[in-house]
Amino acid sequence: MIRFLLKGLLRDRSRSLLPFTTVVLGSMLTVIGFSWINGAISSMIESGARFSTGHVKVMSRAYAREADQAPNDLALAGSGSLLAELARDHPDLVWTPRIKFGGLIDIPDENGETRVQGPAAGLAVDLAPGSPERGLLNLDRAVVRGRLPEHPREILLSDGFATRLGIGPGATATFIGATMYGSLVVHNFVVSGTIRFGVTAMDRGAIVADIRDVRTALDMEDGTGEILGFFRDSIYRREQAAGVAAAFNRRHAADKDEFAPEMVSLHQQSSLAQTLDFATQIYSLLLLAFILVMSIVLWNAGLMSSLRRYGEFGIRLALGEDHGRLYRSLIAEGILIGLVGSIVGTALGLGVSYYLQEKGFNLGSMLRNASIIVTDVLRARVTPVSFVIGFVPGLAATFLGKAVSGIGIYRRQTSTLAKEFEA
Amino acid sequence: MTLPVRSRVTAMAAVLSAAGLAAALAQAPDGEAILRRVDENIGSDNKVTTSQMTIHARRGSRSVRSKSWIEGRTKSFTEYLDPPREKGTKMLKLDDQLWTYTPSSDRTILISGHMLRQPVMGSDLSYEDVMEDQRLVALYRADVIGEAKVGDRPCWVLELTSRREEVAYHRRKIWVDKEREVVLREERFAKSGKLLKTTEVQRVERIKDRWVSTRVVFKDALKEGQGTEFVLEAIEFNASIPDHLFTKASLR
Repeated sequence: MIRFLLKGLLRDRSRSLLPFTTVVLGSMLTVIGFSWINGAISSMIESGARFSTGHVKVMSRAYAREADQAPNDLALAGSGSLLAELARDHPDLVWTPRIKFGGLIDIPDENGETRVQGPAAGLAVDLAPGSPERGLLNLDRAVVRGRLPEHPREILLSDGFATRLGIGPGATATFIGATMYGSLVVHNFVVSGTIRFGVTAMDRGAIVADIRDVRTALDMEDGTGEILGFFRDSIYRREQAAGVAAAFNRRHAADKDEFAPEMVSLHQQSSLAQTLDFATQIYSLLLLAFILVMSIVLWNAGLMSSLRRYGEFGIRLALGEDHGRLYRSLIAEGILIGLVGSIVGTALGLGVSYYLQEKGFNLGSMLRNASIIVTDVLRARVTPVSFVIGFVPGLAATFLGKAVSGIGIYRRQTSTLAKEFEA
Repeated sequence: MTLPVRSRVTAMAAVLSAAGLAAALAQAPDGEAILRRVDENIGSDNKVTTSQMTIHARRGSRSVRSKSWIEGRTKSFTEYLDPPREKGTKMLKLDDQLWTYTPSSDRTILISGHMLRQPVMGSDLSYEDVMEDQRLVALYRADVIGEAKVGDRPCWVLELTSRREEVAYHRRKIWVDKEREVVLREERFAKSGKLLKTTEVQRVERIKDRWVSTRVVFKDALKEGQGTEFVLEAIEFNASIPDHLFTKASLR
């Protein structure tokens, strides 16, 4: 029967071309859309992970409860031994300590008096040679003026902030904040360079400093606010990250101290997880809407085809073919078109997706500012799902289209067929 | 309708105690007069003090020692003596301005704006608290709202309501020792009614014809921890303080 249908479709292209083209286009767009959104979400995950959440993150339990405020008075103590433990137990991840801190940057005049001040949000990272942080934060590319810190007490300021303060590389900037114990800190730094993140919130007043300097300034000897973990291949795997976190927490479950370490995966860190779940829901809705629209188009094509094949169906019914068999053959014909169209559409979609995965789409000229949170080159990402996702709308839409348009077959009465032929 | 004997006794006792309280309040001195005497006892002499602050935070306790030179209510100079990290840090208060100097940065910084609400050395006291230099009677209206004992000391309970909007604490409740006229307990509230800080005086000593609180526990109600214990180690009244100490130049 399949051979019979296939011959019919090939010989009478007017009945297969429009549905076939629709399915090819639909499947292709679905594959490209899925791969692109998959890539965009992956970019968001990677950017968010690199800047803030890691693929997993270790904090003290007390710190984790108030993590949004980065409370350094609740930070982890003894980070050296904890880092060694993490490296030993989870060698498939790269571990790096960070301290988030806030305060004021105060610029002195020639008499040492305050000339200008501004609120600052700081990030202390390991800037030593060989540290993964320069790559993770894309710092080399983010430098606008000057250079990265090479000596103790050197810091980077966001370029806009430095401009507002009227300073540049080489200037002294005094940080005013609080130590881990709440005492006032007045600590002098030298600005080695300025950076631009391309994120308004960060560019208002960001400091990036070496974690050793910040530990000294904030009286956090061997302390750290957070330890971030990244899979070595830079790809976030939700289940694996959750497994690593659960295993770590099980090992520390006996320690009831509120300053005992606790690990959370990227998805357990509220805002990003919500964003990703929201994006996935939106994508599912779009896919559903896409299938519905395609079904309506194919239904319409089916109706037109049915009108054109009115005589053929009548003869087949008159020859004794029952309604059900005719209806099923119509649906099988649709599935055949859907299958072939989906294969072709998926192949084309994968080709475009692979191109976008390799070359990406550069938003740098549109954003102008290099960014460490949102990458300037967005790329598609082909996954195993990309190979099958196109078959969902391709088959579902042709099936639905044929199923709805074919209902008319049951309205044909065998008893009136002779009259129809006479007419 | 007749009440059972027990209920009648209880009701009579309640009436009598209410009447007693009313009578006592009727005999109570004017709240503002009490507050004025509290202000006078705190004094406005020149004095030099050495004190130790032990901060009992969530991570443990640590102590900070300091020496202060105080002239009247508007001038003070404090130098931190311990621990080594804080040693040499100085604070100068002149009227409504507060500067701090840290030797490691060799910078003199004016503490202003939101920084005034930050804790002093991580304690339960804010810079705003240590800046308070006006007499309480100038900042608050006072009403006697009852009597109570703090420890074994009979006290007047006063409710203070701010006279001005810009006062840090809209309302305070203080327990004033009837005999010694020092505040033994205090609660400070925000305008919303939320309790912000508490103070418990644990030791009062007679020094040079004055009653002086020498051991006080301050507690920021919004912070976890066991509060900040302030111990006055030494005090010298009417000390001779050179004028140059109350200048910014003396900070370095």
